[in-house]
Amino acid sequence: MTSPIFPSNPPKIDGGASLSTGPVFETKIEQVEEHEMLLNLGPQHPSTHGVLRVVLKLDGEIITDAVPDVGYLHRGVEKLSEHRTYPMNIVLSDRNDYLGAMTNNWAFCLAVEKLLKVEIPPRAEYIRVIVGELNRVASHMVFYGTYGIDLGAFTPFLHSFGRDREEILDLFEEISGARITYNYIRVGGIMLDAPDGWIGRVQAFLERMKPRLVEYDKLLTFNPIFKDRNIGIGKLSAEKAVAYGFTGPNLRASGPTCDLRKDHPYSVYKDFQYDVALGIGGGDCYDRFLVRRQEISESLKIVEQACKKIPEGPVMGKVAKVYRPPAGEVYAQVEAPRGWLGSYLVSDGTDTPYRYHIRAPSFINLQALGEMVKGWKVADVVAILGSLDFVLGEVDR
Amino acid sequence: MNYLEGLAQKEMLRAQSWRRSAVWLAGLILLGIAGASLVGELEPKLSGMAKFLQDISIQKGWPVWIPAAFFIFIPPAVLLGIMMGLPMFVVWWERKVAAHTQVRLGPMEVGGWHGWAQVMADGIKLFLKEIIEPDGIDKWVFRLAPFVVFIPAYLSFAPLPFGKGLVVLNLDTGVLFLMAVSGLSTVGILMAGWGSANKYSLLGGLRGAAQVVSYEIPRFLSCVPVVMWVGSLSLTRISAAQSGFLWGWLPRWFIFYPVVGQISFAIYLITTIAETNRVPFDVPEAESELVCGFHTEYGGMMFAFFFLAEYSYVFAGSLLGAVLFLGGGAPLFSFLGFIPSWAWLLGKTFLLVFVFLLARWTLPRLRVDRIMDLCWKVFLEWTFVVILAMGFVILWRVK
Repeated sequence: MTSPIFPSNPPKIDGGASLSTGPVFETKIEQVEEHEMLLNLGPQHPSTHGVLRVVLKLDGEIITDAVPDVGYLHRGVEKLSEHRTYPMNIVLSDRNDYLGAMTNNWAFCLAVEKLLKVEIPPRAEYIRVIVGELNRVASHMVFYGTYGIDLGAFTPFLHSFGRDREEILDLFEEISGARITYNYIRVGGIMLDAPDGWIGRVQAFLERMKPRLVEYDKLLTFNPIFKDRNIGIGKLSAEKAVAYGFTGPNLRASGPTCDLRKDHPYSVYKDFQYDVALGIGGGDCYDRFLVRRQEISESLKIVEQACKKIPEGPVMGKVAKVYRPPAGEVYAQVEAPRGWLGSYLVSDGTDTPYRYHIRAPSFINLQALGEMVKGWKVADVVAILGSLDFVLGEVDR
Repeated sequence: MNYLEGLAQKEMLRAQSWRRSAVWLAGLILLGIAGASLVGELEPKLSGMAKFLQDISIQKGWPVWIPAAFFIFIPPAVLLGIMMGLPMFVVWWERKVAAHTQVRLGPMEVGGWHGWAQVMADGIKLFLKEIIEPDGIDKWVFRLAPFVVFIPAYLSFAPLPFGKGLVVLNLDTGVLFLMAVSGLSTVGILMAGWGSANKYSLLGGLRGAAQVVSYEIPRFLSCVPVVMWVGSLSLTRISAAQSGFLWGWLPRWFIFYPVVGQISFAIYLITTIAETNRVPFDVPEAESELVCGFHTEYGGMMFAFFFLAEYSYVFAGSLLGAVLFLGGGAPLFSFLGFIPSWAWLLGKTFLLVFVFLLARWTLPRLRVDRIMDLCWKVFLEWTFVVILAMGFVILWRVK
């Protein structure tokens, strides 16, 4: 039974001001008591990171119920794909998770490559790893900065987003020509080889990042107020996290060692030594923050090794200009900054996919929001929302 | 120019700008000291002018109310000027401090030199903007709220001394008056939160009221040791009692009073930050949670009044802190006594304002219930301890 509850018992305030003015809430919240209030958080709100809408039922400042409402950014990418050829679809994949566009390209290309059974040249694989991990670092830098803003600290954002991420984007601009939507990883390899000296510039960037990461920790990670806002907030047990289908940093924060790069190594991830960052406190906001903060270091470690080991050679496998993959279905996934990013492709032998489905980690991670915020305060909702680190472009597709 | 060269150039410019800023800062401070010393103490000059006005009115046989009107209207007008002008400077300064903690430059264009006219341009913009009133508001509550916040902020400057003899209203109950009047602003915050017919505003207003009412208690109690020590609530007497040196070198500022002085100063500073609703205690306007809190629905001049009131309170709080704990206009070293007292007081005030700014641009925000915990479970107890300790000291001294 769904009913727009607000018209039935609008809490009126004497003196003309009414709290029920505004849009009708079309949510599944059935009953609002005398002492409770509905608060419409989003779609236009500073800390919903895009156009997420959450309807909160408040008792004072405590949340008694929460209903997330998604779809404000829906573009129908999966349906659009059926009318576009495979190379044209790589462009669309950039737009899903715009903070991790490289891994989005990669997830789509991996599926098509499985269909076509192409060999990828090793140099292309290494460059894919380098750009993929740098993209992960850039994405986590956005998280680090915006999470600080969510909790009221403005400075970390300008350090991580305004200074350090810019350098990664400069590197990407140099290699792909774009700063956000790269369309760089192609079926069979990559668009172009890295320009002369690019690897050296990546290594110089890694050197510059080392002291800055210490600065990050001083500014936010070990700040007593920051810890106070995070430790013990929004806990999600490992069982619950698995049941909800959590993947990526959000799952690792709850405890399970689950990383596609280790468990089912794709590409050349077998060649690198690195640790999987895990949470320690049972999946609270601080764990989710710490996991991402450590992943920045681990990813930089991978990039460092890849820069040393990178072989010479071609960067494109043997793929025809126009290809029609054989009929069949295929599923491929990569470890994106937000979790397992899967592509499910069905081919009918033509040059366009018959069906295309994206397993978007943000969307699946967002499911638990309603349960996670219950019982916490309004300020904690912002922390929990921020710590889940979703991208609405991927949630709504 | 390739990417790496560009980066090297940026690094070089940054290093240069560091050295240049240090030189500029030192130069400005020296220039300020020199200018202030040339001007000298303002009190004899002002009283000379007053005497001149009285003499001339007696000579020319003017009616009595002409000099009286001058004495009544001029000091508040000067105060209003200070109150309008100083927040403007503080806003510009804050933007610069914020910019430089955040690896950027801040306003650089308007006015030429480091964007000095940016704040004025912003002020003109706010002044010219249409005031938009949303549907369903409680009209009079909504319209009155900015003034209910602003007027106490203005009044709270009345008993504050700006240097030796520079006080508009020399009240015997200065501290009490200031605390009482600044508490009135809470009503305005509550009115703004209620009148806006916006749930975020309502939450912000309620948070603000709870926070300000709570933090007033430890804030006032942290001033009590000073009052006990001096034996007066008058800010001029408190300021005067802290001049001079102990053993010829230690200034008699209250902050140097062992243990008691430091604890009460720390509590005063933190509670003042909380009282002015600034980071890390800015829950009433918590941008990421409540959009803009109690002033979400305000724009144009209505918003500017809230803004001015906030910065006035920052300045008034710092000034009061300088008077109560940092010795008012007393010099740090006896050989620096040639700098007039108003310059010392301004310098100390700006030092405290700088602490406010640094805290704002470094720390995350506390959660609303933790702020209350901090107030009732930490600060209040420690103020009691400090007051008790001060009481024992006074008893011991009397014996």
